[in-house]
Amino acid sequence: MTILEFTDVHLSFAGVKAIDGVSFTVGRQELFAVIGPNGAGKTSIFNVLSGVYRPRSGRVVFDGTDLVGKRPHEIAALGMARTFQNVELFANLTVLDNLMLGRHNHIRYGPLSAIAWLGRARRAELAAREAVEQIVDFLELEQWRRLPVGLLPYGVQKRVELGRALAMEPKLLLLDEPVGGMNVEETEDMARFILDIRDELDIPIVLVEHDMGLVMDLADRVLVVDFGRAVATGPPADIQHHPDVIRAYLGEVQPT
Amino acid sequence: MKGRPLLHTSYASEMALFNTPAKRVWFGVLLAVAVAVPFLLTDDILQLLALCCVAAIGAIGLGLVTGYAGQVSLGHAFFLAIGAYTAAAISGDPDGRVIGFGVTNMLVWLPAAGLAAAAAGVLVAPLATRLRGLYLAIVTLGLVFIGQHIASEWSSLTGGVGVGRPAASLEVFGYQLATTDAFATRDQKLFWLMLALLLVFALAARNLARSKVGRAFTAIRDRDIAAGVIGVNLARYKTIAFAVSSLYAGCAGALLYTVSGYFDPSSFSLLLSVQYIAMVLIGGAGTVSGAIAGAFFITLLPRLTRELQAWVPFISTQPNEVPNVFQVETILYGVLIIVFLIFEPRGLFGLWVRARNYWKAWPFSY
Repeated sequence: MTILEFTDVHLSFAGVKAIDGVSFTVGRQELFAVIGPNGAGKTSIFNVLSGVYRPRSGRVVFDGTDLVGKRPHEIAALGMARTFQNVELFANLTVLDNLMLGRHNHIRYGPLSAIAWLGRARRAELAAREAVEQIVDFLELEQWRRLPVGLLPYGVQKRVELGRALAMEPKLLLLDEPVGGMNVEETEDMARFILDIRDELDIPIVLVEHDMGLVMDLADRVLVVDFGRAVATGPPADIQHHPDVIRAYLGEVQPT
Repeated sequence: MKGRPLLHTSYASEMALFNTPAKRVWFGVLLAVAVAVPFLLTDDILQLLALCCVAAIGAIGLGLVTGYAGQVSLGHAFFLAIGAYTAAAISGDPDGRVIGFGVTNMLVWLPAAGLAAAAAGVLVAPLATRLRGLYLAIVTLGLVFIGQHIASEWSSLTGGVGVGRPAASLEVFGYQLATTDAFATRDQKLFWLMLALLLVFALAARNLARSKVGRAFTAIRDRDIAAGVIGVNLARYKTIAFAVSSLYAGCAGALLYTVSGYFDPSSFSLLLSVQYIAMVLIGGAGTVSGAIAGAFFITLLPRLTRELQAWVPFISTQPNEVPNVFQVETILYGVLIIVFLIFEPRGLFGLWVRARNYWKAWPFSY
């Protein structure tokens, strides 16, 4: 069973081929990693998936729906959540408000009931607040709850962003460099959260990451991209020894 | 919880509007003072304070679109004009010199003015979904000039430049809300009425701001790409922001000239928009209480500069002499915006937060 089919997608910016015919599928219980050198097109793949970029051609089918041409909020409503490489939190808002924003699609009332703040709107807000508290608990964010996220350390901000994505109750989670710029301890914490998300919450994950140790330990399958092309796909053990992957990362071996 | 007033035992008590005893007490004191003020002040000051309350309604509206949703609008004067003329036309004398439909009930013309302006806001909103930042500011600036041109040409509605027309009448089911009688003067009643309306509009704005809608506004303001990715429909929420903001502007415009009773098309110039921007920026963008404080500050400013003459005798009160108080006033708008943006971007609200935090930690510095 697959949740995501990414088929022969092409994306270019004025002659630069950011994605040049990449295809892959992600299973419903899978932790799928995308790796590649800088500028290989990993984040472009994410931006196509979440609707920020529109591909020139190709098909992206998520849970039975074609995503090409859909706008970001429509894709979010279908159950796709993501985090960003450079933290994209609402820096002036508190941790709680950021998480509440993650529940935007699960809170249903209009501006008129918001103004009255009686009955439906009030009940929905209280329910959302309770749901958010479970995420605070899950990601161990208790001590930072009421602080504006702009004041928090970088590692915690990454965790809050993960929490905001989880608050959306996604069917698929896209993580763009979740441990980028973190120290060993923070990396281990994040690895533990990622495994918990897959195993306890049963959410499939697509992971873009440069930390090879993390990718090789966590991922079920790995896709290697280079210059917008898929170089290889397979289990981590195979990828590590794949000649094309070694060439992409280390360059050509000169014959002596 | 007895003895621990800051301990919340339910989300409902934590998320309440006045969730600390300090907020409850201060709001109560402020409200009591506001209600009692008409017995202490003279009528001309009360009239000014009534204007402050109406301006605050307009400023809250601009605060929602510019402060919360981050869409800089210089077109507030345009929406104020739509509200003012809609109300005046509905309530106007059908046999008079200018268009009038003779429906003098405030419960009719006030919502109608708000809805007419909101409809205009919805028409303008698509611009905001296409443009952002300075480009949007310039386009909304264009609205003010279009509005002014229409108002000066369409003299059967507006009475024409320099002549004007009477404003809507403050009347509910035939009962005059603001007339001097044995119990209170016109200006006392006027102030209470505007204060009550301000409370209603402020509460509504505060509820909207703390709801799903308000959070979506701040998300769009801070990072619009991330807002889209978490499921906020940018076009929808920008439209809501403009509609609500214009609704507030329309109601404020309708009420603004009921105080003086008369207005002409030259009122709705760029200066009016700038005054409202100044209210929001000086009061504190992104807060309802800041917008109210800013509106009172900016509306009382001319009165204060007029008092200036007593201390600085070389400033004249005659408009044909230089330097005069009117020039000082105009310069002050600019200077105050600059000073606040550099030294306290959170505005008057920020000053209040500083004072509060100082006394919270007292006698320690943090």
